[in-house]
Amino acid sequence: MGLLGDLWKGLKVTGGEMIRTITGKRMLTKQYPYEFRDKPQRFHGRHVLNRYPDGMEKCIGCELCAGACPARCIYVRGADNPPDDPVSPGERYGFVYEINFLRCIFCALCVEACPTEAITMTHLFEFSFTNRDDAIFTKEELLMRPDGTVPHMFPDDPFANFEELQVADGWVRATAPSGYAEYEGVQMWQGTPGPGDWSPEPSQDERDA
Amino acid sequence: MDGIDVLIAALRVVGVFALVLLATIINVWAERKIVADFQNRLGPMRAGPYGILQTLADAFKLMFKEAVIPRNVERLVYHAAPFLAVVPALLIAMNIPWGRPFTIGEREILLQGADLNVGLLFILACSSMAVYAVVLAGWSSGSKYPLLGGIRGTAQAISYEAAMGLALVSVVMFSATYPGAEGGTLSLAEIVERQAGTWGGIVPRWNIIPLIPAFVIFFIAAIAETNRAPFDLVEAEQELTGGYFTEYSGIRWAMFFLAEYINIFSMSALTATLFLGGWNGPTWDGVLPAWISAILPTVWLFLKTYVLVFIFFWIRATLPRFRYDQLMQLGWKRLIPGAVLWLILSTVVIGFRQFGAPWS
Repeated sequence: MGLLGDLWKGLKVTGGEMIRTITGKRMLTKQYPYEFRDKPQRFHGRHVLNRYPDGMEKCIGCELCAGACPARCIYVRGADNPPDDPVSPGERYGFVYEINFLRCIFCALCVEACPTEAITMTHLFEFSFTNRDDAIFTKEELLMRPDGTVPHMFPDDPFANFEELQVADGWVRATAPSGYAEYEGVQMWQGTPGPGDWSPEPSQDERDA
Repeated sequence: MDGIDVLIAALRVVGVFALVLLATIINVWAERKIVADFQNRLGPMRAGPYGILQTLADAFKLMFKEAVIPRNVERLVYHAAPFLAVVPALLIAMNIPWGRPFTIGEREILLQGADLNVGLLFILACSSMAVYAVVLAGWSSGSKYPLLGGIRGTAQAISYEAAMGLALVSVVMFSATYPGAEGGTLSLAEIVERQAGTWGGIVPRWNIIPLIPAFVIFFIAAIAETNRAPFDLVEAEQELTGGYFTEYSGIRWAMFFLAEYINIFSMSALTATLFLGGWNGPTWDGVLPAWISAILPTVWLFLKTYVLVFIFFWIRATLPRFRYDQLMQLGWKRLIPGAVLWLILSTVVIGFRQFGAPWS
């Protein structure tokens, strides 16, 4: 019975997989536009420019992100804040902020470089351009609204997933102005764009201990 | 035989034709869904609820596709081959009794395209005919991969035809042991009727119980006859880029596809008819309304058929393709000797039971 026995062995494997599929224990396919695969918490998606809770922009126009960018896709020009109507706290603000998403490699080095957590990344990964100009996102498209929501490229799209834009990926250094003193040198994790409840997380050494 | 008889005969033929085409539409979808289940996938989901209209969408697409004819094909044979594939497949389905005959007035209506007294022989002939489609399509395409597919088709058909026929002989012989039967029968309707009743009131009198080796051999040979995985060397997408129908496109290609799925369905129905008691099953005559009792045999046959169709799909989802020499080895060194041995054994046992031991 070697032949039929081997056949039965194989049939058991596939039959078991079928039972797991039917009972919903294992399913590799997702109905993509309707349901989304769970993404890693630190997924690198489209960038967002954050604001402070009082509506001030975080970007100070320092161009460190542009300097850190290995793909040279960020173009920033700073300008002095108007004294009577400041855009950001401090002297200067990001007057021009453009990211060319045809060049961006989503490495998040700009996020690490930013001293004020002005730029973070969201979970939105769905890009579609019909020409090269559309690939360059300007400050209007990247900057979050004063109420904390982030503008979507295709707000009328029935499949537009606005939740993806509200999930942020941002490394926050404790040395940053908004960092906590007791986490000096420890990296923190910012889970929402803009001002949110930033729960600092332990460093690698603390996790391993 | 008057006009109504002719009409009934025509309706029977059209009915079987429609049934087989409908079953094909469902089977193509069912195969994709079931194989998807085996592979943790969803399968077609977009055309209709759970993708059930996917086959129709595919069929329409193929109908409107351009049928490219390569320059150096053998025109006549190239055009005839798809029909040579479909017609024998339909003829097999015509011979299968799809339900219990019922009477309206004084007319007895068979749920069968035609009840031939040599039905089994006819079916074997038709399934041998189907290989001509493969060979001729492969040869007439004037291209190397189809030719290789055609050559493989010939060898495969010859080696598995023999095992299939030998396995069926024991079915025919066993039908002679039915109480009151005068000799064996080749008529499928008769074979089904001789599987009615039970042994000891519990075990159904199906041929599979005494003849399980013949069933196994026949089913393996049936998979090979229909060119299904793991015996799909004739098509072998990975090696032969589709095999004998590489040079076919559009609706001509769809004909081969249709023939393959009709063959799966009618071979499963044939296996159910020969070994699983056909339409036999509890009908509760007199308890249930008459029309339900008339439909139930068909339902039983379909249930048995679809269990076998499911096994076809299951095996397809499980086994990798045989290598050419392995295919020959399995056919000639295992199936045919096994079938011959089983034939001798069952002949001796049936002979003893029918005529008594020669020394007594």
